[in-house]
Order: sequence, then structure tokens, then C-alpha cells
Amino acid sequence: MESTRSLSFPDKVRERVFAHLTSPEDRSSVSLVCKSWYDAERLSRTRVSIRNCYSVSPEILVRRFPNIRGVSLKGKPRFSDFNLVPSDWGADVHAWLVAFADRCPLLEELSLKRMAVSDESLEFLAFSFPNFKVLSLLSCDGFTTDGLEAIATFCKNLTELDIQENGVEDRSGSWLSCFPERFTSLEVLNFSNLTSEVDFDALERLVSRCKSLKVLKVNRSVSLEQLQKLLVLAPQLVELGTGSFSLEFSAHQFAELESAFNNCKNIQSLSGLLDATVRYLPAIYPACANLTFLNLSYAAMQSDELDNLLMHCPHLQRLWVLDTVGDKGLEAVGSNCPLLEELRVFPADPFDEEIIQGVTEEGFLAVSFGCPRLHYVLYFCQQMTNAAVATIVQNCPDFTHFRLCIMNPGQPDYLTNEPMDEAFGAVVKTCTKLQRLSVSGLLTDLAFEYIGKHAKNLEVLSVAFAGSSDWGMQCVLEGCPKLSKLEIRDCPFGDAALLSGLEKYESMRSLWMSACNVTVDGCRLLATKMPRLNVEVIKDDESDDSQADKVYVYRTVAGPRRDSPPSVLAL
Amino acid sequence: MEIGVAAYRKNDLNLKATELRLGLPGTDDHEMEEQTSVRNNNNKRPSPDTGDDCGVKNKSEAAGCEEVTPVAKAQIVGWPPIRSYRKNSLQQKKTETEGTGIYVKVSMDGAPYLRKIDLKLYNGYAELLKALENMFKFTIGQYSEREGYKGSEFAPTYEDKDGDWMLVGDVPWEMFMSSCKRLRIMKRSEARGLGCGV
Repeated sequence: MESTRSLSFPDKVRERVFAHLTSPEDRSSVSLVCKSWYDAERLSRTRVSIRNCYSVSPEILVRRFPNIRGVSLKGKPRFSDFNLVPSDWGADVHAWLVAFADRCPLLEELSLKRMAVSDESLEFLAFSFPNFKVLSLLSCDGFTTDGLEAIATFCKNLTELDIQENGVEDRSGSWLSCFPERFTSLEVLNFSNLTSEVDFDALERLVSRCKSLKVLKVNRSVSLEQLQKLLVLAPQLVELGTGSFSLEFSAHQFAELESAFNNCKNIQSLSGLLDATVRYLPAIYPACANLTFLNLSYAAMQSDELDNLLMHCPHLQRLWVLDTVGDKGLEAVGSNCPLLEELRVFPADPFDEEIIQGVTEEGFLAVSFGCPRLHYVLYFCQQMTNAAVATIVQNCPDFTHFRLCIMNPGQPDYLTNEPMDEAFGAVVKTCTKLQRLSVSGLLTDLAFEYIGKHAKNLEVLSVAFAGSSDWGMQCVLEGCPKLSKLEIRDCPFGDAALLSGLEKYESMRSLWMSACNVTVDGCRLLATKMPRLNVEVIKDDESDDSQADKVYVYRTVAGPRRDSPPSVLAL
Repeated sequence: MEIGVAAYRKNDLNLKATELRLGLPGTDDHEMEEQTSVRNNNNKRPSPDTGDDCGVKNKSEAAGCEEVTPVAKAQIVGWPPIRSYRKNSLQQKKTETEGTGIYVKVSMDGAPYLRKIDLKLYNGYAELLKALENMFKFTIGQYSEREGYKGSEFAPTYEDKDGDWMLVGDVPWEMFMSSCKRLRIMKRSEARGLGCGV
């Protein structure tokens, strides 16, 4: 019998092998095998995703992964998108940049979501990382276009600048003119977020000399006429975001525009189309043959315009629209887009209480009948029924993301006047692959019993104005084995519910509860019992001191954070 | 005059209670609903010649409607859950586009919600009526100058610049476009004797 002998495998070889591991889950598993595998993994890791910037400190990160080239960081709780988090809450990227500059100066890529980013940080970034290539800012705030000037001026190897849905102070469009004349490496440019006019000549020259440009999303200030010129210069584009799509065009100009679109054979994604008028929309038809993603969520289209457009998009997989298309428009989706996998319907006029237009259960039903591959839906509607949802999930049992927003809080099934419990019961029972669920309408604890019992793969749950008692939240915390993020607002869940999750929170990324019945004492108890969780209470000015208006609980290896503002009580 | 009780969020002054208004006897304020619960509203039928709006929120109430001075529902922070960026774009767009179209509100007796349409989108009465039929899922009868709309239980009416309620179709289209302030699809029984060939 051979004696067992540990193979002495050169570390460097192991590292080379591990360099081929791409999935973070694989890497995680590998790092747990033994010390030498842990080291080989960490030294060969080039990308890391931190889904909660306070779950780990910059120092810990750079110490463990000294060779990272790409980092993605997420900061504020998601409800900050809806103004529920104070603007000074935290998630400042600067400390991270300092740590990276010190230990990982070869950093190339940074993707930030819901982080606070200042102009100083952008300047620091531009100066500290000579190899810097990719900057993506989504839903961040705190910077101005001055910061973008630094990026454009000093990042000589930049390939990607993607500025999306940020709270950015737009001082001027001059940042675009800061790209040096010798700069040619840009592949992705998205400045649709910004409003200021950019120097069109500078943009034209930039597009002309960046031969590898694949993604171009311009802002509102770029006119149709100017767009046509850009398309002629960059027919290789794969993703296009137009600016304003209306103008008084002559027939000749229209023909030129149509011809420019006709030459763009590679377009797979189209967005923008602001103020698109019926007359000019046909110009894009020639480019729609290979379209897989169409984002019309800033173009208020009517049902027949949409129908005419979709007839030209047989390969569409993802569609975002405004509810101005109505149920009739969604019927057109059902008829024209058999390959559709994702649908998002946003409300065009959500805040005018008298005017109720938009979509109902009929539209959603129509799509479900025509699009059996549908697995991602975000649907804002005025009314829904349990029966409709049951039929929808029967037609489309593969939902991974089901986000339904019945816009009137606590609204029942409008036909039967019953709670919407059975609707979400049907969703979780039928859609076994469900990863993300947002519920709405009138819901009792029964809905949460269903969720806890059946949603075995659920990772993210969003709840608003729902539930009858602590029991509802308990069902979810005691069920749902893969639950990672739980966000709750305006529900009757109190301390008992909060504390029922004691065992669970360390296996979750985070918990958010606002306008519920949780007290500061309850939070304090949680914090005491679970030292590896950070428990933060955000106080509203006017309320009673014993109430915990907003609670944010998350696991961390970095200990309590040291940068909380006065409005945040770290327990 | 009965004064409806409105459920305001704390800090709001109940100005409605002390407001002086010119209103016909028997009309009262629409009760404002609680955000988190659905209540049955106490709806009263309007008197035929007041040309009231329908602003009933609870769709399961099929009965008539009350006069509504649009009571601003206390807006809930962060609801519906739309990103600030998108919200701001929508507000901006709203103020921009409303400059160019002729937007009028359309209500229908028995329907809980108002709709808004741009009259400029239609080339004449035929198109407009077809659109209304589609929007509210009903049929408009045959129009004749003498008898109004026959063959349906509804009749489309509009309020003109002088505040009078007229039957849609009585005046040339261009005149209608410039004088129409709001539309109401009325029960035919109530539309009798409206503005036409008297």
C-alpha cells in the first residue's frame, strides 16, 4: 500500500491554474480547502465584488487580494434610491481609493453603485492609477462634471466611461472636450445622465478617432441631425442611446437618417429616443433586425407606435417601456416578441392622483400568453387580480425576478376585494427558480406564510405596506433558506419579528426596516446578541426617541463603522 | 353644508374645514382615503346640472360620484418606488410636453379614474370618439343633430369655455378643440337637453 504523501505542488503553478477560475463561488470554495489553496486563490484573484462596502474594510480587502485589477462596490441600502436614506449616510469611496492606490496601483476597473463620490475622489483616481481603463458610476452622488474633466484629461488608457442615473451636478458639458486629441482607446461612452450641452465638434472628433467604440449613449442635447453624423462615423456600434429624437426634418434629412441606421448592422441595444415622434421613429427600423434590448422607458409611446416598432424587432429579449403604451401596447408585445425574456413597465405619471392611465392585469396577461420565456418582470400597475397572476405564472413558470408594484398601497384584488395573498402564493408555488420578489397590494400574513414555505431559491424580498403581524416576517425569516436581502417599509412588524431572525442575519447580506414597529431597545438587544452584525438606527427628526424609524442590519468583518453621521445611531 | 373629514398627515392644517367656497347645496367634499386601507366611500349622486367630476378612488364602488375639488393626497415619501433620477426626468418631461398639446381630462360616470388626452392627436370627432370607446371600453351611439347619441347608454359631453355642458359633436371640430375644457362621458339619461338644438 502506498504511503500517503502530500503532493508538494509549486505554489506558482497552483496560482497559474487558479487564474483560470472565474466564478466567485468557485474561488470561494477553493479558498476554503487549505492554507496554500487560500493563498494561491487570493494572489491570483483579479476581480472582486463587494456588495456592501461596510461588510469589509479597504485594508482587509487589499491585504487579502493584492493583485486585483477590477473592483465593484455597492454602498447605500437600495431604498436610498427612493429618498429614504439621509444624504450624509456614508458609503464614501475615498478611503477605498486611498487603499487601492497604496497597495493595488495597477487597478484598472472600478464599478460603483450607490456610493458617495466627490470630485476630489475622481481627481485622486485619475492621478493614482496609470492603467485605469473602466469607470462605471450607477446611482452614485456627490460629484460634478468637474470630476469628469479630470477623468477625461488624465486617464490615458480609458476604455469605458459609463455615467448612469447619478445625482451628478451638471455644471457644463466641457468635460467632453477634455479628452486629448491623441486619445483613441474609448470603447464605451455613456453620458445620457447629463443634461448640459457638449461641444458637438469635440464629440464628433472623439467618435471619429475611437475606432473601437462599441457603446455610445448620448444625452438630450445631441439632436437628431447630429446623431445622424455620429452614426455615419461609427456604424460598428453595438449599443446606441440617442438623444432627443424630434426635429423638423425634411424628407431628405429623414432619408439620410434612415440610411445611417441602415448601415448600423451590429446594433443590439437601443435606448434614449427622448420625445420620439411617430414621424421619425421609422428611421430606426432598419437597425432593429438584431435588436435584443430596447429601452423605451424615457419615450412616451402609444400602443400603435409600439406595435409598428416591435414588428421590426423579432429577436427582442429585453424591453423597457412606459405605461403610456397601455394594455393594447402590451398585447402588441405579446404578439410580436416571442423571444422576450425581460419586461419592465414604468409609470409615466405616477404622482398625479386624479389621472390614472397606464396598464392593468390585462396587459400583463397578454404578454404572458405571447412570451413563454419571460423570466424577469418589473410591472407598475393600477390594478391587479389574484386570478390574473395565477394565470400569468402558469404561462411563464420560469420567473427568476417577479417585481409587481400595484401603485395604490394596500389595494386588494379589484374584482373580488380580497387580499392579494393568493397571487403571490401562486408565484412562489409555481416559480421554483424565483430569486427576487417584490410584493404589493393588500397582503395578510398568509402571503408571507406562502413565501416562507415555498420560495426555496429566493434571495431578495421587498415588502411595502403589507402583512398583519410579526408572524408574517417570522415566516420569511424561518423559511427562505437562501434569503440574502430583506427590505421592508411601512409594515406592522415589530421587535419580536426583528429578533426572530437572530440566527439568520449572519447568513444574509442585509436587512432594512423602515416605518415599522421596531424600537431602539429591540435593536440594541439584537446588536448585543450578535456582535458580528452592525445594527444601525436612522432617526427621523420628529419622531419619538424610543422608536427605531429606520433600521439597517448587516453582517461585517470590519466591525462597527467609524464614519456614521449624527443621524445614524450605530448600536 | 357638510364638510367632509379628510385624513391628513400630521403637520397639515385642516384648511378645508375653514374654507369658504361657492358650492351648491348638497355637495360635499370627497373623503380622502387612508393610504394604507381601503374604505367604502359615501358617494352621493351629483345633481345633473352641476357637471361634477368623478374622482372616486375605490374602484369597486360602482355608484355615482361626488363633486371633487382635487384634494392633494398626501404623497408618501419614496412611493411608488421609482429612482429619483427617473422621477426628475418625468417631471421635467411633463412640464415640457404640456406646452404643446391640448390636454383635457376625461371622466366617465361610474369609472373611478380620470384620464387625460391630447386633443391635438385626433383629426376629428370620429377619431376622438373611437379613442374614447377604446379607453373606457364602451360604445358610443349614432350621433344625430336632433336626437344626440342613440343606441348607447352613454353620451360624450364637454364643458366649454363658458362653463356650459355641451354634447360632443354639436360644433365644428376646430371650434370644439379651442373651447373644450374637459370631457365627461355621461349617462344618456342625464345628457338629455344638453346644449344641442334647443
